[in-house]
Amino acid sequence: MATEIQGGHSAHYATETGHGDGDSDAGHGTPRWYNPARWLFSTNHKDIGTMYLVFAIVAGLIGGALSGLIRWELAQPGLQVFNDQTSLWGIVFGNAHNYNVAVTAHGLIMIFFMVMPALIGGFGNWFVPLQIGAPDMAFPRMNNISFWLLPASLGLLILSMFVPGQGSDNGFGGGWTAYAPLSTTGHNGPAMDLAILSLHIAGISSILGAINFITTIFNMRAPGMTLHNMPLFAWSVLVTAFLLLLALPVFAGALTMLLTDRNFGTHFFSPDGGGDPVLYQHLFWFFGHPEVYILILPGFGIISNIVSTFSRKPIFGYLGMAYAMVAIGLIGFIVWAHHMYTAGLSLNLRAYFVAATMIIAVPTGIKIFSWIATMWGGSIDFKVPMLWAIGFIFLFTVGGVTGVVLSNASVDTRLHDTYYVVAHFHYVLSLGAVFAIFAGFYYWFEKIWGVKYNGVLGGLHFWITFIGVNIVFFPQHFLGLQGFQRRVPDFADAYAHWNRISSIGYVITALGTVVFLILLLESAVRRRKAAANPWGDGATTFEWTLSSPPPFHQFSELPRIDADRAH
Amino acid sequence: MAHGEVKHDYHLVNPSPWPLVGSVFMFVLAVGAVVYMKGLLPEPDSGRAAQIGHLFLGPKQPWLLLIGVLGVLYTMVGWWSDVVKESRGGDHTPVVQVGLRYGMVLFIASEVMFFLAWFWAYFNMFIFHGDRAGPKFDSAGFESLKAWGDWPPPDVTQFDPFHIPLMNTLILLLSGATVTWAHHALQVGDRKSAKLGLALTVALGFLFTLLQVYEYGHAEFAFDGNLYGATFFMATGFHGAHVVIGTIFLAVCLMRLYAGHFTPQKHFGFEAAAWYWHFVDVVWLFLFAFVYVAPIILLGGAAH
Repeated sequence: MATEIQGGHSAHYATETGHGDGDSDAGHGTPRWYNPARWLFSTNHKDIGTMYLVFAIVAGLIGGALSGLIRWELAQPGLQVFNDQTSLWGIVFGNAHNYNVAVTAHGLIMIFFMVMPALIGGFGNWFVPLQIGAPDMAFPRMNNISFWLLPASLGLLILSMFVPGQGSDNGFGGGWTAYAPLSTTGHNGPAMDLAILSLHIAGISSILGAINFITTIFNMRAPGMTLHNMPLFAWSVLVTAFLLLLALPVFAGALTMLLTDRNFGTHFFSPDGGGDPVLYQHLFWFFGHPEVYILILPGFGIISNIVSTFSRKPIFGYLGMAYAMVAIGLIGFIVWAHHMYTAGLSLNLRAYFVAATMIIAVPTGIKIFSWIATMWGGSIDFKVPMLWAIGFIFLFTVGGVTGVVLSNASVDTRLHDTYYVVAHFHYVLSLGAVFAIFAGFYYWFEKIWGVKYNGVLGGLHFWITFIGVNIVFFPQHFLGLQGFQRRVPDFADAYAHWNRISSIGYVITALGTVVFLILLLESAVRRRKAAANPWGDGATTFEWTLSSPPPFHQFSELPRIDADRAH
Repeated sequence: MAHGEVKHDYHLVNPSPWPLVGSVFMFVLAVGAVVYMKGLLPEPDSGRAAQIGHLFLGPKQPWLLLIGVLGVLYTMVGWWSDVVKESRGGDHTPVVQVGLRYGMVLFIASEVMFFLAWFWAYFNMFIFHGDRAGPKFDSAGFESLKAWGDWPPPDVTQFDPFHIPLMNTLILLLSGATVTWAHHALQVGDRKSAKLGLALTVALGFLFTLLQVYEYGHAEFAFDGNLYGATFFMATGFHGAHVVIGTIFLAVCLMRLYAGHFTPQKHFGFEAAAWYWHFVDVVWLFLFAFVYVAPIILLGGAAH
C-alpha cells in the first residue's frame, strides 16, 4: 500500500523524460531543478538540505557585510560610519545606536541564520539519512516547515532593523542576549517585538528539526547499524538535537516574559514590580550556553569524518569521541551562569560554576587529542577539506584555551564584556564552527552538487581566510586585556593601533570570501562531472557508496552493515 | 516511485503545500501581533490609501493578526487532514508508527521544558524573594524593592486551594481514568465503552476549562502590575491553553472513533492525544502543589 501512494510521487512534477547524459542514478523520478514546486513543496531531505545551504550562504553574506560595517567603524577612533544623519542612509547609519543594531543583527544572523542552518539544516539534512542508510528523514513534510519558517524569521529580524526601536532610533541594539531592562523599557518601539517573534519562530523551526533528527537516528538506521557503530557526524547531530529540544523551550518562555513585560504590564524582569532582571539572564543562559554547543557540536562530527578520511585511518577512540560529545552536551546544561559572573551571584554559586565550567575542558580535550592521534601515523592527504579541518583543530584549541582563562570568575570580573571575550568566542565560532562548515562544504561539495571544484581556488580560499581571520581576531585579545569594551563604537586613541590591524584583517578575510564566490562560479560554469567517491579508501561512510549527486530517493533497498565494521 | 522497487516500509511523503503556506501565515501572524501590540504605522493624516494602511498596520488593529491566526489554523486542519488520509491509506506501517511515537514523546519533552521556564520564574520569586528584596534594601532608592520582601506580596489574597482548585484536580485525575478506560476498551474492541469513556474525558476537560474561567473571574489580584498575578496567570494560563488544545485533540479523536478510524491494533492518534492529556494532567498536579497549596501551607498566606 505504501508503495502505491509513493507511486503517485512523480505525478506532481514535470519529470525528466530520459536518463540524461549518463546520469542514470538520477532516474525518471527526479523532478527538473527549475520546477518551483520541487523546492517550495519539497519533502526530500537532500533538496531541503540544499535550500538550507543556499539560505545559510545568503545569510552569511548579510551577516558578513554587517561585520564589515563594524570593523569599518572601529578602524579608527571617532564616529565615521554611523554618523550620517543627512541622507536617506540616516535610518541605518544615523548614530551610535545604529552601530549597536548592526552588532546585534550580526550576532543573531550568524548564529540563527548562518551557522545553525548550514550545520544542522544543511549538512544534517543531507548526510544524517545518507550516513545511517535511510531513504529520507522520519518526517519529510515537517522537515520542510523547519526550513520555510527560517525565511519568515529572518524577514522579521531584518524588518525590525527598519522600524522604531528606542524613540526615533530604528532597530534593536541590545545585543543578541537581549538583556532586560534594555530589551523591555530600554527599547519601547516595535523593533524589539519583531525581534522577539523572529526568535520565537526560529525556535519553533529548530525544535521541529530536532524532533525530526532524533526520530530519524533512533528509528531509521540501516540493518546492522547500532548507535555504537554509527558515524560520528550522525552522533554529533543526535547530541545537538537533544540540546535544541531541551534548551529552546526555556528560551521561548523567557522571550514570552519579555513580550508580556513590554506589552501587557507584567514585571517579571522589572524590580519596580518586584521582578528580577537577573532571572532573565538565568533563563537566557540556560538556553544560551547549550546554544553555543549546538553551534559547535555538528562541527566536531564533520571534523572527525574528515580527519579520519584524509588520514586513511579509523578515528582514534571512536566510543570516547562519541561519549565525549554526550558529556559536553550534558555538562553544557549545568554551566550557564559562567556568563553572569558580574551579575551579583553569591560566592558559592560562582565557585560552583567555575569548577563545572573547567570540567568541560576534559571531554573537549579528549576530542582534540583523539583527532591528533588519528592523524598520528596516518597517511595524511592535505586536500582542501583537510586544510580546513587542521585549521579548525588549531584555532578551536586557541579559543578553548582562552575559554578556560575566562571560566575563572575572578579573571572574568576584569575581562567581562571586553574584546577578550569577543576574541574568545570568535575563535571558537568564526574560526571554529565556520571553519568546520567550510571543511564540510569542501568535503561534501561533489556529493551535493555533482560537480568538482577547483582545488587551487579552494586552497587559496583557505589560506587567505586563515591569515585574515587571525589578523582580525588575535589582536582583539590584546585590546580586551587593555580594557577595550564590546558594543562601543568610539574609543580612546590608545586602542587605535590594534583596532586598525584588526580591520585590515577583515579586508583580507573579505578577499577570501570573494575567492570562495569565484570558486562557486567556476565550478558552476565548468561543470566537471563528480566522482562517486573522490577521496578513496579513507572515506568509509554510506554517502560515498552512492552516485554524486545521489539519486532523488536513495536506498530503496536498505544497505546492510557489519556490526563490527570500522568507523 | 517511477523507477526501481521500494523495498522498505518508511513513508516517503508526497510534496505538500502546507509547510510553505503555514510559514507565510506565521509571518503574517507575527507582524500582525506586533501591529496589534504596537502598530507599525502612525495614525493616518488623510486619504483612502492611508486609512487602509492604518487598518492593517496601525496601532491596536487586530485584522492582520486575525488573518495570520486563521491562516495558521487553516494550515493545521489541512495538514493533519492529510496525515489522517495517509494513515487511512496505509502509509503508517509499523516502523512509521514507531517514528510517530518517538516524535510525540520528544514533542512532549520540549513542552515540559517550556513549563520549566514558568516554574523557574515562579520559584525564583517564591523561594528567593528574601535575597532579592525585603528589609535589607532600606536605603534610599530601594523602597520599591522593600515592598516585595514577602511572598505572596501583602496585598495579595490567594485562592483557597481546597475549593475550586481541588475540584479541578479531581476532575483532571478522573479524566485521566476515563481516557485510560477508553483506551482499554478500544484495545479489546469494545467500541461502545470507548466512545463513552472518550466522550466523558472531553466533557471533563471542558468542565475544567469552565471552572478555570470562573475562577479567573473571581481573582483578587490582577495580571498586570503585580508580580504574583503575572507568575500565577502565566503558569496556570499556559496550562489552561494546553487543556484547551488537549480537549480539542481528544474531541478530534472522538469524531475519528465515531467515523471508525481506529482499530484495536492501530490507533496511534488516540494514544498521542492520551499521552498529551496525561502530560497536561501532571503539569496541573505540579501547579496545584506548588502554586496553589505550598504558599498557604508553608508561608501561611491569606486565602479566600
